[in-house]
Amino acid sequence: TLVARSLLANDFQEELVIRPLHSGDIYASFQFRTLWETDFMRENKVSHYRLFPKSLGQVISKFSVRELHISFTQGYWRTMQWGQPFLPSPPGAELWVWFQDSVTDVDAAWKELTNVLSGIFCASLNFIDSTNTVQPSASFKPLGIVNETDHRFLRYATLPREIVCTENLTPWKKLLPCGSKAGLAVLLKSEKLFHSSFFSQTVHIRPVCQDRECKTTSWELRQTLNVVFDLHTSGQGKREWSLFKMFSRTLTEACPLASSSKIYIDVTDNPQEEYFELSPATPLLSQAVVLGDRRTFSVYDLTQQLFKSVSDLLPAGSMLRPLLHAERYVAGYGLQTGEIHTVMYNNHPFRSFPVLLLDSVPWYLRLYIHTLTVTSKGKDNTPSYIHYQPSKDRMRPHLLEMLVQLPPHSVTEVTVQFERALLKWTEYTPDPNHGFYVGSSVISALVPSSVAMDTNITQEQPLFSSFFPCKEESSYFVRVYTEPLLVNLPTPDFSMPYNVICLTCTVVAVGYGSLYNLLTRSFQIEEPNPRLAKKIANFIRRIRGVPLLS
Amino acid sequence: MAAPLTLLLVVAVTIRAALYRSSLAEVIAERVEVVSPITAWKRVIEGLALLDLGVSPYSGDVFHETPLVIYLFHFLVDYAEITFMLADVISAIALYLAVKEYNKQVVRKKQKFALEADRYPQDCLELIRSPKEMLYIPLKVAMFYLLNPFTILSCVAKSTCGLNNAVISLFILTTIKGNALLSAVFLCLATYQSIYPLTLCAPAMLYLMQRQYIPVNYRRASFWWFVVQYLFMYLGSLFVLICLSFFLLGSWDYLPSVYGFILSVPDLTPNIGLFWYFFAEMFEHFRLFFLCVFQINVFFYTVPLSIKLKDHPVFLMFMQLAVISIFKSYPTVGDIALYMALLPVWSHLHRFLRNIFLVSCVLLACSVLFPVLWHLWIYAGSANSNFYYAITLLFNVAQILLVSDYFYAFLRREHHLIHGLYLKKKDGSEATLVLK
Repeated sequence: TLVARSLLANDFQEELVIRPLHSGDIYASFQFRTLWETDFMRENKVSHYRLFPKSLGQVISKFSVRELHISFTQGYWRTMQWGQPFLPSPPGAELWVWFQDSVTDVDAAWKELTNVLSGIFCASLNFIDSTNTVQPSASFKPLGIVNETDHRFLRYATLPREIVCTENLTPWKKLLPCGSKAGLAVLLKSEKLFHSSFFSQTVHIRPVCQDRECKTTSWELRQTLNVVFDLHTSGQGKREWSLFKMFSRTLTEACPLASSSKIYIDVTDNPQEEYFELSPATPLLSQAVVLGDRRTFSVYDLTQQLFKSVSDLLPAGSMLRPLLHAERYVAGYGLQTGEIHTVMYNNHPFRSFPVLLLDSVPWYLRLYIHTLTVTSKGKDNTPSYIHYQPSKDRMRPHLLEMLVQLPPHSVTEVTVQFERALLKWTEYTPDPNHGFYVGSSVISALVPSSVAMDTNITQEQPLFSSFFPCKEESSYFVRVYTEPLLVNLPTPDFSMPYNVICLTCTVVAVGYGSLYNLLTRSFQIEEPNPRLAKKIANFIRRIRGVPLLS
Repeated sequence: MAAPLTLLLVVAVTIRAALYRSSLAEVIAERVEVVSPITAWKRVIEGLALLDLGVSPYSGDVFHETPLVIYLFHFLVDYAEITFMLADVISAIALYLAVKEYNKQVVRKKQKFALEADRYPQDCLELIRSPKEMLYIPLKVAMFYLLNPFTILSCVAKSTCGLNNAVISLFILTTIKGNALLSAVFLCLATYQSIYPLTLCAPAMLYLMQRQYIPVNYRRASFWWFVVQYLFMYLGSLFVLICLSFFLLGSWDYLPSVYGFILSVPDLTPNIGLFWYFFAEMFEHFRLFFLCVFQINVFFYTVPLSIKLKDHPVFLMFMQLAVISIFKSYPTVGDIALYMALLPVWSHLHRFLRNIFLVSCVLLACSVLFPVLWHLWIYAGSANSNFYYAITLLFNVAQILLVSDYFYAFLRREHHLIHGLYLKKKDGSEATLVLK
């Protein structure tokens, strides 16, 4: 029991899910989970770290963090072609944090936290400030243990312009117990990972219950890496892929610190092995309900056997059509006004369900909320809950949250007009004509499921299916991110500050000068006094020898 | 005079109603020359919508109107067009009556007494106006206001500048009629809407003192007693209004949102004024300094002008209105229309005006070029902000020249009335007058 206890106290699991997608791409999702039964909020600080990374442990205790979710993504997830991801993430960087109730100044803690995380992940998260941070009131509920939710302790920010590269992957890999030396992390080499259609690395920290009565809680650290490879563009002419071809590395051994190390290959569309063949073959099959769909997986336990390749992979049969899907675009022309359109698709044939739409728009696009229209199937669809916080120039962005009921098999369009502001010349980025990014909209919903979902939290489930807590059997939680927008603003001429100051002051001086003249001088009869002119004229006349003037 | 005035009102209302019904109304309501962040109708609707959503309109940075405007339009939002047309009509009638009363005073008090007292030199009798000449001036003033394209545009755009103009016109009317209390109340309303009419305190006090035969001499007690009375009425009504606004929404949020916004100019939306591009291109280090300089510039001419024009308070009022319209932080064409409406009152100065042709050509050309260069910058993308800024500069220079020209002509006429019209030099040849 002592061994079991200590195992429970500090546990590391890793898994890799490979799913061939309908469009011919391969979706690989790495999940690394560390569980640690400890109390970071204690007075005497935790000093002996074994599997849990020390940098993150110190962040949690110093800033009294209850939950931390950070993601770095490159590329946009194409829901209609690829289905729903296991863990959604928006393009760029996204950070949302729930602080403990004991924090007195949440904004100061947030500012320090973003700077510390910026150092840990080598990313420019220090650009997160009050102009792009919002406090959502409904869309981001805690994913771990929920006591009471006072939204004053929640902060959410995105940086759509943030680029992900090897510099961000390296510190992320360092947080793993085995590093990139053993286990699944051996496959994570950047030259193949960044040659993909979609790359996302995330870190999620939250407190979880260890048993059903929740007598003991432990801290869970999940690191996930989702990547979608396009086999056609990466030069794979034949339909044959292996781990070496995808990652240019092979697995050597399981991580010795891991309690379980598994690979799941999605074989739902290959029940009789007629489309593709796994090599080496495995008799282990498991079924899991994930994202409202029951899928079959071939399981490879790395502690026993290593997986190598798959031959002749044909496009999979039919994919479960994603029930919720969204798009977003900017309409209008010119640099004065515009309209943001968010389009949400409900593909369920007969069920309608409500969705929470969260929009955070920067302050320099002035939204006019009286122009907000929500239409479904051409008719007006009034949201039942609207939370709108208008922006303050140079201080906070707009926050719009709405609860919209999507009718079955319909398209709902949300439009709102905005006006583009002219900024001070120092507030533009060095490439002002590239445009300004508006972060993705977040659409959160409980989507009805045709398959009964598993509500038992502590049962042995694969990691990829147990991230979002499941409260009821008939629906599952889905979060969809739209595209970020790129909007142009009118620009002043950046070469002109001194000229403008001079010219405008000249005009003011013209006004001042004429009024000053009229106020301080009086009219007098002009006495011509050309003495000097007469002298010069006479002088010239004398030289010429011509009679002088009188 | 009632019949021509009624006809004028009918024509003006018809033009406005026709434009309201046409598709031009939405286009005009978006034009930056006609609406500014303080006066735009879209923002009034936005403020009312925020109030309906349960959010204070002043929590964001979109709404900058005073609480009394919220209160007014809460009830009148469906009759907005009629409200703005009525505001224009009230302005026109108020200016008409004010100018009529002023002309009566000019004829009766100044000219009649001065003629009888033989104060004018013989040869400048042609500078004196006869009542017959001045008969049509009030109608011309009303016409200049109602049929001015700037006013029509401002009304069709439903810019709250029309309401400000109505209040200022009522202030002018009550001042010229001699009613000190109402004059203080309307001035306080005008100041409450936008801070700058504060400078009109001086001409109002000077005029009322002149009318009540109180000598304008700072050594006399009666002068200070009148100033204290007037300021008491003015500050008292201002205090009442501010407290009423507090009770309307229950917070002081509107003070930084309205007055802080007007004074600190955070919004750099282009308009016809000088502030926007100046502060868009300002070095951060000097921003506060130049902000103070530009704001003081508006208030700064009050004292010198009052000293120079203490015997001519109505012309001083005109000068102050012009200075406010040119140098305020968010000017629109509606502000310009107000002081231009008063130009017919000084039509007798035309013989001394020097630049009027140049100024009118420049004003006309700039008015045409504003929408063209805006389109080229914002929509076509082939010009940049400098083009629009240049036209702004020209427009303001033309206005300054116009105002200083009228000032020059006024002072010159006064000089001729004292010293004679045809002046001769010591040797008998014709003299030229210069400012020295």
